[in-house]
Amino acid sequence: MSILIDENTKVVVQGITGREGQFHALRNRDYGTKIVAGTRPGKGGESIESIPIFNTVEEAIESTGANVAMTMVPPAFAKDAVLESAFAGCELIVCITEGIPAKDEAEMYDIIKKQTKSKLLGPNCPGLISPGKSNVGIMPHEITKKGNVGVVSRSGTLTYEAVHQLTQLDIGQSTCIGIGGDPVPGMSFIDVLDEYEKDEETLAIVMIGEIGGSAEEEAAEFIKNTISKPVVSYIAGVTAPPGKKMGHAGAIVSGNKGTAVAKMEALEEAGVLVVSNPTKIGNAIKEVI
Amino acid sequence: MDLFEYQGKSLYQDYDISHPKSSLVKDLKQLEEVSGLSYPVVVKAQVQVGGRGKAGGIKVANNQEELDKIANEIYGMDIKGHKVEVLLIEEASEILEEYYISFTLDRSEKKYLMMLSSKGGMDIEQVAKDNPSDLIKLHISPSDGLNEKDLNDSIIQANLNQDYKTELAEIIIKLYKLFQEGDCDLVEVNPLAITSEGVMALDSKVALDMNAKFKHENFELLEDEIPIPEEEKFAKEKGLNFIKLDGSVGIIGNGAGLVMSTLDVVAEHGGSASNFLDIGGGAKSETVSAALEVLETDSNVKSVLINIFGGITRCDLVAEGIVEATNGKELKWPIVIRLDGTNSREGLKILKNNPNDNIFISENMDEAAKLAVESGN
Repeated sequence: MSILIDENTKVVVQGITGREGQFHALRNRDYGTKIVAGTRPGKGGESIESIPIFNTVEEAIESTGANVAMTMVPPAFAKDAVLESAFAGCELIVCITEGIPAKDEAEMYDIIKKQTKSKLLGPNCPGLISPGKSNVGIMPHEITKKGNVGVVSRSGTLTYEAVHQLTQLDIGQSTCIGIGGDPVPGMSFIDVLDEYEKDEETLAIVMIGEIGGSAEEEAAEFIKNTISKPVVSYIAGVTAPPGKKMGHAGAIVSGNKGTAVAKMEALEEAGVLVVSNPTKIGNAIKEVI
Repeated sequence: MDLFEYQGKSLYQDYDISHPKSSLVKDLKQLEEVSGLSYPVVVKAQVQVGGRGKAGGIKVANNQEELDKIANEIYGMDIKGHKVEVLLIEEASEILEEYYISFTLDRSEKKYLMMLSSKGGMDIEQVAKDNPSDLIKLHISPSDGLNEKDLNDSIIQANLNQDYKTELAEIIIKLYKLFQEGDCDLVEVNPLAITSEGVMALDSKVALDMNAKFKHENFELLEDEIPIPEEEKFAKEKGLNFIKLDGSVGIIGNGAGLVMSTLDVVAEHGGSASNFLDIGGGAKSETVSAALEVLETDSNVKSVLINIFGGITRCDLVAEGIVEATNGKELKWPIVIRLDGTNSREGLKILKNNPNDNIFISENMDEAAKLAVESGN
């Protein structure tokens, strides 16, 4: 098993005619992901390397049975695209788009939660991969390996860093997920941790956080009460100067809460093995399994 | 992006939010033209730092003579490292009561948050700490918006003067509109005052969500008015996310998380970063050569660490950028490079085919950081 996506996942790519959309749709299909459709209003009936294009997600689902959307449309259209997929009935929407206004994010999250049953991953995230089964997003699958460690992170490139180390140590992953660092992410650490706890194949969890917000502190509380599997964690930004924005809208330090030290302490108190340097993640996992 | 008080108040204008009549002075010669305002006036230093009142950056003038004197004092003043280059001169209001109001996003609730208090005009963080019941918090559903009944309840709960409840509700709704339609990360007014002339927003702390730039023509104009440090200017033009720090190891990486963590690892090896530089996702070779150019302007740099984990970023393009910027040149400092992920093999090959005595390849982040720190010593 794995979480959220597997070999049966059928993906519709929103924005498949864009440069990035097309590149990653084809790359992920080559990996074995069932990319069954793409959408682009006005281009319905056309196709890209035999992937049929539809005008709407609803039509795509009707014809192909797609159940997961990978959204790669420009920020100005992202809210509408995500909501379209949610109302069309996608189980999971993976929104890769970076640079969506916070108000759009907050509204789309609220509407999805109140009016649909869809799960939203992202926006501004690298997506997720269940190695050997399915890759929905932009993660380089070459660095992954099928196995039993679940990875969840707020940062894209740090996810790769951790996954790469695990693979080099011959430790495979059940699923690797980047939840994104924006102010209103869809799935939170807690949502993903909960999925890993329920997944029989996942034996240990790597959680990578960063300064700003309180998502890691909330996750620590959840781990303490609910997670029985070993967790290894790393928090980026110990030396980041306070109050400086570091590019992720989320990474703003405010007061005591949100500092790397506060997060590390909360996690340690929850029984998590916290490492001080990202290059130690792999060996720490080796230690706990 | 944090706005100056006067910029926030120019947005008040757009949303018909009442605030004191004022005049803006960017050059002391303009003082003579401060006409149409009736005395007393308040001279307010326009700096983006808290505590300007205590630092002497806000003073009352009762006539032209006092205005000249005070303006000359405050203009050019240094407030916690911020030089005063703009003065906002406002008609002083006769304040009857002072309240606090703000709208922001509560990230853990994923809802908007309104905070309202009758204890305005003072340090609101202290109020929140000492008397939390004096700060009313109302969560607002982003899809439903501010509900009038909830707002009226909050006004009662916060113990605001009920004689002004209609006027208060009106101005608060306008402030919410500015926050929501105006794509602000923060709208904070302290004090929101009942004055002899009605309810007014006397201060403004507004932060804009620059991701919403495409919706608002004025965002760019406001952005142009905000001075940025010289060394960050060039980087910004090149689309790089650059922040100057105090150390000597120049850092270039992709993705905020990886760059932050590179800073941490450099610190673990006893070094300290001279900057934070994120080339972002999907960088082209030009981006990388521009990044190296940015570091060249910093005389504190003793060595450089380039840490790339390619996902959407292709390592071959990064390598091309490095070669473009360094080929045939005698480098000012050693550069340690770590390339992993998408097309890293191609990238490393490009570097190998274009050797430079001062460029070192390292296989992982930890070793690379160590080498960068040592080679700069």
